[in-house]
Amino acid sequence: MTQPATDPGPSPSRIASAAASADRDDAAVVPAVSVTGLTVAYREQPVLWDVDLDIPQGAVMGVVGPNGAGKTTLIRAVLGLVKPLAGRVEILGQPYQRVRGSVAYVPQRGSVDWDFPSSVLDVTMMGRYGLLGWLRRPGRHERARALEALDQVGMTALADRQIGQLSGGQQQRVFLARALVQDAQVYFMDEPFAAVDAPTERAIVDVLHRLREDGRTVVVVHHDLQTVQEYFDHVTLLNVRLVAAGRVENVFTARALRAAYGGHLAVPGEERPRPPGM
Amino acid sequence: MNLLVDPTFRVVALGTAAIGIVAGILGTFAMLRRQSLLGDAVSHAALPGIVGAFMLTSSKATIVLIMGAAVAGWLGALLVRGVVRSTRVKDDAALGVVLASFFGVGLVLLTFVQRWPEATQAGLNRFLFGQAATLLERDVWLIAGIGSAILLVVAVCWKEFALLTFDPDLARTLGLPVTRLDLLLTSLIVLAIVVGLQAVGVVLMSSALVAPAAAARQWTSSLGRMALLAGLFGGISGVAGAAVSAGVSRVPTGPAIVVCASSLVIVSLLFAPHRGIVWRIARRRAGMRRHALPV
Repeated sequence: MTQPATDPGPSPSRIASAAASADRDDAAVVPAVSVTGLTVAYREQPVLWDVDLDIPQGAVMGVVGPNGAGKTTLIRAVLGLVKPLAGRVEILGQPYQRVRGSVAYVPQRGSVDWDFPSSVLDVTMMGRYGLLGWLRRPGRHERARALEALDQVGMTALADRQIGQLSGGQQQRVFLARALVQDAQVYFMDEPFAAVDAPTERAIVDVLHRLREDGRTVVVVHHDLQTVQEYFDHVTLLNVRLVAAGRVENVFTARALRAAYGGHLAVPGEERPRPPGM
Repeated sequence: MNLLVDPTFRVVALGTAAIGIVAGILGTFAMLRRQSLLGDAVSHAALPGIVGAFMLTSSKATIVLIMGAAVAGWLGALLVRGVVRSTRVKDDAALGVVLASFFGVGLVLLTFVQRWPEATQAGLNRFLFGQAATLLERDVWLIAGIGSAILLVVAVCWKEFALLTFDPDLARTLGLPVTRLDLLLTSLIVLAIVVGLQAVGVVLMSSALVAPAAAARQWTSSLGRMALLAGLFGGISGVAGAAVSAGVSRVPTGPAIVVCASSLVIVSLLFAPHRGIVWRIARRRAGMRRHALPV
């Protein structure tokens, strides 16, 4: 790839992602997320078992698998919200605590009580709280960033709306804006497309495209197999153990899907073996 | 109203106002964190601490009793958390068990102490339902001092407490020291409860904590305004309760304050715009009339 002489050059993450897609085996490029031997159990029930996963920088990755497969737990363990039994997690080559400023989290909508006295703008600005010190209140700069993020998800008109009065899709977009204000390198999203309306779906897809163009890494827990090939360039198939991970065209195969979903899956365009006599 | 010129009453009213303001503001967080019942457990658990502090030191000084209450209240809160975390017992059962058992021990200690020859112990009964009239000027200074310190910490940690209450997971991923903030906020709530026990009593303190916040929630959709309004409602209930108790003999201040606070809650539940019941019924009727539907 050649650069024009006057071009100051793409951002470091874009260089990394370009290199990553050109040569994924290049050990000099640090993966955005590196998980080794991750095992998580809840009351003696394994939820994640010995998962090894490397997510290259610049990837937009979907994480799919049946219910209870550990997809949410994977994200929560990477973010330090859940204590694993074993395993190591690194983000951009470092332990999570050191790169907090470069990581943003979009949790499931159901994880908070929306009857909280706050406006859309207030909640969006909360994404900047990690950067403000103890006594500093969010000011004009934070407001401007928040309004910018709300604009990206099409929620500017509702900036002063009470969050308790929002629809599910609007709530999802607020969470998205709250993550965007952090201007992070790596984004983790937990089922952002679940039960959202069409404008929200478009807004999320727009954000994914924009993040991809900026060379950011996005990891999305996703529930809808039909849209995996459309939204993501990488995919991870998870069912307590890692079934497969890599680029969609290599990994998203009928065989891998059946391995992940335990055979209870109809893949369109595929003949299912019929029992004799039918 | 000759109450207002009575210097004793002014001291007492200042004390109950301070208690009400602090309880209202901290009650905002307790309510939004779904820790209202925890407030109840803490206040009931404080009783054996109060009586125990007296038995250990033979002192009825407010500061000593507050410290005893704080220690016992804190132990109760820790016990609830410990039980929930390490057994299959759920929140409400753990709260109920701790509340009842600590309170029971406290009552036993109280009746035991009644038998002591010193007549001085008779004053401890006031901690059941509160008697603000027993607040001395130095007690009020102590309450105001502790209250100001509590509010100062809340002001400094305002946005951290707000985020912790709304979305603790995000708070953790943003690097906030969530465990320590949680501990701090819980301690402030325990302290707000404990300074109010002399005026409101252990049995009813949780209402004084939560009712102003519940009323305030009806009127605003901003956390800051809710806290300020809750403080205002708490302060008003405190003064009004002290006035009622002073005017009507034999009424302990605890119930008087709580009746005032509860009246504010009822009015707020009914008449607040947008969230009030009357307002919502009126709006629905107007809507149905507009669309020519049978009302």
